[in-house]
Amino acid sequence: MSNVSVGSASVSSANAAEQETVSGRRRNRFMEFVGRLVRERPLGAFGAAICVVLIFTGVFADVIAPEGYNAISPLDRLKAPSWEHWFGTDQLGRDLFARTVHGAQLSIIVAFAATTLSIIISAVIGIASGYIGGRFDMTVQRFVDGWMCFPDLIILIVAVSVLGPGTGQVILVLGLLFGIAGSRIVRGAVLSVKENTYVHAAQSMGASTLRILLRHILPNVMAPIIVLYTTRLAAVILAESGLSFLGLGIPPPAPSWGGMLSLDGRTYMFQAPWLAIVPGLALTVAVFGINMFGDALRDLLDPRMRGGGGRFIARVRKRAPASQR
Amino acid sequence: MSGYLLRRLLALLPTLLVASIIVFGVVRLVPGNVLDLMLSENDFASSSHETRAQLEEALGLDKPIYVQYLVWMKNIVLHGDLGDSLWRNTSVLSEIGERLPITLELGLLSLFFALLIAVPVGIYSAVRQETLGDHVGRTFSIVALAVPNFWAGTLVVILPAMWWGWAPPNEIEPFFESPIQNLKVFLVPSLILGASLSAVVMRMMRTMMLEVLRQDYVRTAWAKGLPERTVVMRHAVKNALIPVITLVGILVPILFGGTVIIEQIFRLPGIGQLLLDAVTARDYPIITGVFLVAGVLVMTVNLLVDLCYGLLDPKVRFDRK
Repeated sequence: MSNVSVGSASVSSANAAEQETVSGRRRNRFMEFVGRLVRERPLGAFGAAICVVLIFTGVFADVIAPEGYNAISPLDRLKAPSWEHWFGTDQLGRDLFARTVHGAQLSIIVAFAATTLSIIISAVIGIASGYIGGRFDMTVQRFVDGWMCFPDLIILIVAVSVLGPGTGQVILVLGLLFGIAGSRIVRGAVLSVKENTYVHAAQSMGASTLRILLRHILPNVMAPIIVLYTTRLAAVILAESGLSFLGLGIPPPAPSWGGMLSLDGRTYMFQAPWLAIVPGLALTVAVFGINMFGDALRDLLDPRMRGGGGRFIARVRKRAPASQR
Repeated sequence: MSGYLLRRLLALLPTLLVASIIVFGVVRLVPGNVLDLMLSENDFASSSHETRAQLEEALGLDKPIYVQYLVWMKNIVLHGDLGDSLWRNTSVLSEIGERLPITLELGLLSLFFALLIAVPVGIYSAVRQETLGDHVGRTFSIVALAVPNFWAGTLVVILPAMWWGWAPPNEIEPFFESPIQNLKVFLVPSLILGASLSAVVMRMMRTMMLEVLRQDYVRTAWAKGLPERTVVMRHAVKNALIPVITLVGILVPILFGGTVIIEQIFRLPGIGQLLLDAVTARDYPIITGVFLVAGVLVMTVNLLVDLCYGLLDPKVRFDRK
C-alpha cells in the first residue's frame, strides 16, 4: 500500500515537475519573443507599450476617473486645461480627461468585440471555403467579391441606417464587414496548408472533417489569423470613430472619441480648441501604437507576409498578377 | 487586348449580380418593417392607411421579395431607373448625377495630391536610403497612417479660424466657368485626403523601389555607366510603378469613404452628403442608389487598373491562362 502511495506520489511529483517545465518553457518562449521584439523592432515594442497603456486605461477607467464620463457641471463649462481639469471641460462642464479615459474603455470594448467577431467569421468562412473547395468555394468567393467591391464606410453607413445606431449594432456591423473581407486571407492560408502530407495522412486514417479542420488546419493557420487580428483592431477603432463622428455610431452621451469630435460640438470647438485636440490625439496615439505593434508582430510571426512596407504592401503582393511576383 | 478586355468584362458579370443582391438585401434586412421605421422617423407623414399604402406601392413592398428584386433589376438594366426619392419628388439618378461631379472632383484631386506627394518622396527615400530625407519621409508616412482624416479636417477648419479668422471657402463655381474659384474650394479638402492616402503609397513606392534597385538589370544599367537620373527614372521607377497602380485600385474604396467624411466637414454637397441626408430622412431609394453606384464605381476603377496592367506589362497582355 505504502509502495503504491509512494509510487503515485512520485508520479504526481513527476507530473508537477513536467508541468512546471512546460510552463517555464512557455514563459521562456514569451520572454524570448519580447526580447526579439525589443531588439529587432524597437518601434513595434514602443507600439506594444502604447497598447499596454491603452488596455490598462480601459480596464481601470473607473478607478482612474471615478467621476464617470457624464458628470455634468454647468458651472465648469468650457474650462481650459488646468490642474483641476487636466484636459479642460466641455460645453456641459464634463471633465474631458474622464471622458477620454472612458473613451479608451469604449474603444477597447468595441475593438476587441468587433475584431473577435470578425475573426470568427473570417475563420469559419475562410476555412470552410478553402477546405471544401469546388462549387461551394466558387459561390462563396463570388459573394465575397461582391461584398468587397463596396467601400467600407458606405456599407457601414447603409447597415447602420438599417439597424439604427448603438454599440451592439456597431460591433455587429463592423464584425461582419471585416469578417467577410478577412476570410480571403484565411482561405489563402488554408489552401496551402490543406495540401500538406499530415492532412492527407489524417484523411487516409479516416479522421472526420471536423477533426481535421480543428486539429490540423486551424492550428496551422493561426499565424495569419493572429496577424489579421492585430491589423483589424486599429481598423475597427478608426471605423467606429469615423461612424460616431458622422453621428451614426455610438450615440451620446457615450464618450466615443469620434463622437466627441463630431460636428454637433463644432461650435464649441472654436471657443475651446482642446475639445477638438484631445480626443483626436488619443485616437491617433492608439491607432499608431496598434499599427506599429501589428506590423512588428506580422514580421516576427508570419515571415511570408514580411515586406517592411505594412499590410497594404502585403495585400498588393497577393493581388498582383503572377508575372509581377 | 480586346480579348483580354472581353474576358475581364465577362468576369465582372457575376460580381455585379452578387453586388446587386447585396445592395437589395442589406436595405431589406431591417428588423420589422421599413415602412414603420420611415413613418416613425418622419412625423409629418401621418401613418394613415392611405400614406402607408402609397409608400408600400412606391417601394414595391406589396409584392414577394424575389419579384421586388426582379422589378428593381429590370428598371435599372432596361431603363437606367433607380427609382424616385421618397421625400424630394426627384429621381434618384438625377440626384446622384447632380452630386457625383463634386465627389469625383474631390476624389480625383485627392488621388492626384496623394501621388504627387508620395511618388517623388518614395523614390527619394529609396534612392537615398537611411539619410535624413529618408527618415523624414518615413516618419511622415507612419504618422499620416495613424491620423484620422476627420481629425485633420476638423483641426484645419478650427485652428486657422481661431488664429487668423480664415475659413476654407465653400461656394462651388462650375470648373469650366471659374476654374480658380472652383479649385480654391477643393484645394484644402483634397490636400487633407490626399496626404492621408499618400502615406500608404509612399511606403509602397519606397519598398518597391528598394526591391527594383537591387535587380540585375539595374546593376547592368549602372555598369553601362548610365547617369543616376536615367538608371532611376527609366529603369527603376517604371517597374516599381506597376504595383503602385494595384495599390491605387485597393485605395479607391478607402478614398470613397474618405470623401463622405471630408464632404461633411467642408460642407461640400457631394454623394456623401446626399447619402447622409438620405440616412437621416430614411430615404431608402436614395440609400440603395448611392450604395449601388459606389459599388459599380469601385468595380469600374478595378477594371481600369487591370487594363492598365495590360498596357504597361506585355507579360499580362499575352497571358492566356
